[in-house]
Order: sequence, then structure tokens, then C-alpha cells
Amino acid sequence: MSEEREHKTEGRRSWLDDPKTVRKIVLALFVLCAGLFFADGFYEKHSHFGAEDVFGFYALYGFVMCVVLVVGAKLMRVFLMRDEDYYDRDR
Amino acid sequence: MTAIASINPGLILILGALPIPLLPQAIRRLYLLALPALGFAAVYQLEPGTLITMEAFGLTLELLQVDRLSLVWGYIFNIAAFLGFLFAWHDRDAVQQISAMIYAGAAIAAVFAGDLVTLFIYWELTGISSVFLIWASRTDAAYRCGMRYLLIQVSSGVILLSGTVAWYMLTGSIDFTHIGIDSLAGKLILLAFGIKCAFPLLHNWLQDSYPEATVTGTVILSAFTTKLAVYALARGFAGTEVLIYIGAVMAVFPVFYALIENDLRRLLAYALNNQLGFMVVGVGVGTELALNGTAAQAFSHILYKGLLFMTMGAVLFRTGTCKASELGGLFKSMPLTAGFCIIGAASMAFPLFAGFVSKSMIITAVAVEHHSVIWGTLLFASVGVFLTCGLKLPYFTFFGQDSGHRVKEAPWNMLAAMGLTAFLCVFIGCYPAVLYDILPYPVDYKPYTSYHVIQQLQIMMFTALAFVILLTFRIYPMDRKSINLDTDWVYRKAGPWAAKRLLGALGAMGSSIESALTQATTNTITVIKRHHGPEGMMAKTLHLSSMVVWVVAFLAFILLMDFVRGL
Repeated sequence: MSEEREHKTEGRRSWLDDPKTVRKIVLALFVLCAGLFFADGFYEKHSHFGAEDVFGFYALYGFVMCVVLVVGAKLMRVFLMRDEDYYDRDR
Repeated sequence: MTAIASINPGLILILGALPIPLLPQAIRRLYLLALPALGFAAVYQLEPGTLITMEAFGLTLELLQVDRLSLVWGYIFNIAAFLGFLFAWHDRDAVQQISAMIYAGAAIAAVFAGDLVTLFIYWELTGISSVFLIWASRTDAAYRCGMRYLLIQVSSGVILLSGTVAWYMLTGSIDFTHIGIDSLAGKLILLAFGIKCAFPLLHNWLQDSYPEATVTGTVILSAFTTKLAVYALARGFAGTEVLIYIGAVMAVFPVFYALIENDLRRLLAYALNNQLGFMVVGVGVGTELALNGTAAQAFSHILYKGLLFMTMGAVLFRTGTCKASELGGLFKSMPLTAGFCIIGAASMAFPLFAGFVSKSMIITAVAVEHHSVIWGTLLFASVGVFLTCGLKLPYFTFFGQDSGHRVKEAPWNMLAAMGLTAFLCVFIGCYPAVLYDILPYPVDYKPYTSYHVIQQLQIMMFTALAFVILLTFRIYPMDRKSINLDTDWVYRKAGPWAAKRLLGALGAMGSSIESALTQATTNTITVIKRHHGPEGMMAKTLHLSSMVVWVVAFLAFILLMDFVRGL
């Protein structure tokens, strides 16, 4: 995430501009995700469907669906993306 | 208070809108806030079961019908109007003020309409009054967009009216109760509701028009029309199975669009469409839990979606743009707005926020009825909407690549409106009993179980993880100056193209017919001229002797004929 940043700012640099901070945030996210994933071993599930009983089901589902969505949407761009003035061109 | 208890609370706003232009600005601003506050008080003291009727044209019009379903919408519409007018406090445009007030009033009045004819009147009024919020942008694009919007809104009303007539012929009643889709009338009425509810393929007026409205207009628009349609569906079509599938499709496909959309207000319109899908599924399932979920979701959705539209409105107001490709790094200039945006995003699903205690009721209701595919679809849709509204929207606006905008924080009134809305989102999330108490049916649902909290956090955090990873490896579709084709292509591009071709072909046919006729006329004239013109044979003056020859020849011919006959 930090590699994406290009700073046009002069002066007002915020603590969030520091790549170190960003790295820390990303690290925290990783730790949190790992914790949540393994939390599945410590409570009782009240599931309606068999799939829910898979260890870390919701974590895996969230991750995989997110990737599916992004890849799908990228493919859609091939067919559906047009210039901003597409509808005004004939005028 | 008995007098006020017998009129439709929507009328307070509708009639109250009329003197707005006569008031001086300072008083007018307070007046605009006072009307929805009064409206809220009027709704608050309504008793479920109240019914005020009037006889007209041989029909029984139910001008005011109160039950626990309509009360939920009555409360939230007044709250939304209040917050919307607070957000628009700085605005001096009387046209917008009047139309927004009538629009909000019409939506509230429609909720308390007990029969289909009264509903139709307010249904059309919402469409006609709200178009001025789009036209108030005063651009050519907004004018044309408003025309498209109006055409679709009015069509929905006309279809509702024809459905009402058919329903009256069938049942002899115009009472607005459960209708169902067994009859033609039911199908027509469902179509009318479906247009306003932005069903798949009927949806595109929403994404077309909302981003064209003014900064404050979009905030107002986002609250009423579609949620009124959800209410109408819940009243007329609860438990209609086809709605489960319509709602599921509706929850999924807009998130793909939202992911690649550059205009952030349009992104929110797609996300709004997706959230409506959840509510439509709830109506389709039709159990008490599902309908409670739909009502609760409509309530919290109006708040958090309104909050997100407000933050984007504030960004548009300060920077003059709402496009992801032109934004980024705004948290330095607008830290409070950024904070409210994050609260709005979190309110969609995180524990302790409004969406968590409402949306999950619908998903649970689906699971209880064992619709496994629909359940999986709705989970997918929640991942999608969190990815687009919860991560993409704040990231590309307030963080990410710095766009270099150095602007002031949003004005105090916008901050106040956002702050109040954010407070309500958190309040409902922390004290769901407040919301559960006003739902149509008794609530036996506990959102804060360890299972539910952990599963929700797992979904959200792993979505965030995927977002970060996809962004780092540059797989995530970057913001690009662009638009994406949707069903409006049919009437904005294909329709005009076909019409042009058709007119062209008709024109060519017309001119060939015309030239053929001209040719024929010319030929006729030439022939006539040849025989009857100055040089023509028929115009010649003949000599007397030749005339005598002709007469003799003629008489001889008759004589001959007579002779032949006599044989």
C-alpha cells in the first residue's frame, strides 16, 4: 500500500504519510486476521449450514469472494468501460 | 393533540412547504428544521390502528392508516428530512427547499396512505417534486438527466394507476393490503413498485440521476424514493417468493459496477441498489424475522447511506469534484469528514454500528428458511459492499495518492449533520433495543453473540486483508477517468441510434415516393399538353368541310349498325 503513495505535499506531512506507520498498520491487520482466524477454535458455532462448520469458514469466504469480485470487475471493464464524454459525443 | 392525530403527518411538510419563499432567510432556516421535527412529533403520537377515511367518487379513501410497519418509515423519513435540511442549512435556493420539503412530505404521506388511490397521488408527487433537486444543478446534463428521471418516475405512477384500476375491477376494493402476484393487477402493481425500488434492469434511473443532483439534493434523494418502494413491497408483497431471487440478483450485480465506478456518488448509488436487494430478499422471505429485518435495515440504511452521501457531498462542495481519479489524501484537509466517512463505512457491518444489528436479521432469516444459495449470495454481497463503500471509497478519497487538494474542512452545518447521523449510527449499534422496540413484530433476535461477532469480524477483516494485498500487487482496478455502460445505454445510445436510422430510412422512402409522384405528375402534364396544348391535336381548329365528312361518316356507321341488327 505504501508504495502507491507519491507525495506532492510540501510541509504538512502527517504521521500517516510515513511508510513506517503504514507498514505498522498493515502488520496490525495481518496479526488481527490471524487472531480472528484461530479464534474459531475457541467458541461454539450455531450454524445453519454444513459449510459454516469448516474451520475459519467466514475468513476464507471473505477473502476468496473479495478476490473473485475484483477479478470479475476487472474483466467487466474490458467490455463496459468508455470515455467520460461517451454520451455527449454525438451532440 | 386530537386534531393533529387525525391528519396525515406528511401533509405537515407538504403544506408547510408552501410559505417557504415568503420567509426571510434567517427564519426560513429554522422553519425548515422545525417542520420535520413537528412531523416527527406528529408521527410519535399516532396510535397503531388509527384509520381516517373519506368518501369520494364512490370510493372509500383511507387518508390516514397507521400500523407498526408504517410507523417505522414515518419516524425515519422525518429524521432523514431533518438531517438533510441541517446538511443544507447554508443553501439559499428556495426551489430546492420547497421541492425537498414537498418530496419528503409526499414520501411520509404515502407511507400512511391506506388505499391505492391515495398512494398513487403521493407516489406521483414524490417523482414530480424530486426532479427539481436534479434540475437545481442548472447544467445541461442535469436538465436532460432530470427529463429521463421524470419520464421513468411518472411511468411508474401510471403503471400503478392501471394496476389499481385492474385491482378494483377484480376485487371491488382499493384497500392497500396484501396484493400478491397471482392477478394481472398484482403484476402491474409489482412492476410499478419495482421501478421505484430499482429492480435489476429497471434500476438505472437511480445511478443515472443521483450523481447529477446538487450537493445537498443527492443526500435528500437517497433517503426517500427507494425506501418508500421497499415499504410498499413489504405491505403488498410480503412472502412473494420471486422477490427472494430478484433481491439476490439486485444485491450482487451492483457491487461489480461500484468497484469500477469512478464517480463516487454514483458508486454510492450502486451500493444503495445493493442494500435495497437485501431488503427485497427480506420482503420475499416474508417471515416476521425477515420483515423486521427489512424494516430495521431500511432504518439504519437511510442513516448510514445518508451519512456517506453527506461526506461525499462535503468533498464535492469543497473540492468541486467527486471523482476517485481526482481525489486522494484529503484526510489532511478534511479530517472530521474523513472520520465521519469511516463511521459511515463501519456502520454497514461492523459490530457496535447500525448495520450490524439490522442487516444480519435478514441474513439470519434467510438461513433459518434454509435458502443456502441465497444465503451465500447475500454474504458475497456484503463482502462486496464493504469492499467498495467501506474500503475503496474512504481509501481513494481521504487516503491513497495525494491529489494536492488543500481545502477547508466542511462547513459547520455539514459537520453537525454528519456528526448527528454518525451518532445515531453508533447509538443504534450499541443500543439496538431502541430500534427493535419500534419494529413491526416482537423481536426475539440477539445480534451480539460471540459466533455472530467473530464471523462478521472475520469476513470484514479478511476482505480488508484481500484489499490490501490486491492493492499492493496492483491487481486492484485503479481509479480511471471513465464511465461504465449500464442499461441506460439502451435508451441513451441504442434507442436514439435506432430512431435515427429508422427516421433516416423513412425519410429516404418518403423522398423516393415524393420523386416518383413528381415524375408521374410531370408525365401526365406532358401527355395532356401534347394532346390539348396549343400544338395538340385536340386543340386544332378544324375546317367546316372536314366536320361534315366526320358527321356523314358517323351517320353511315349508325346506319350500318342498324342494318346489321336487322339481319
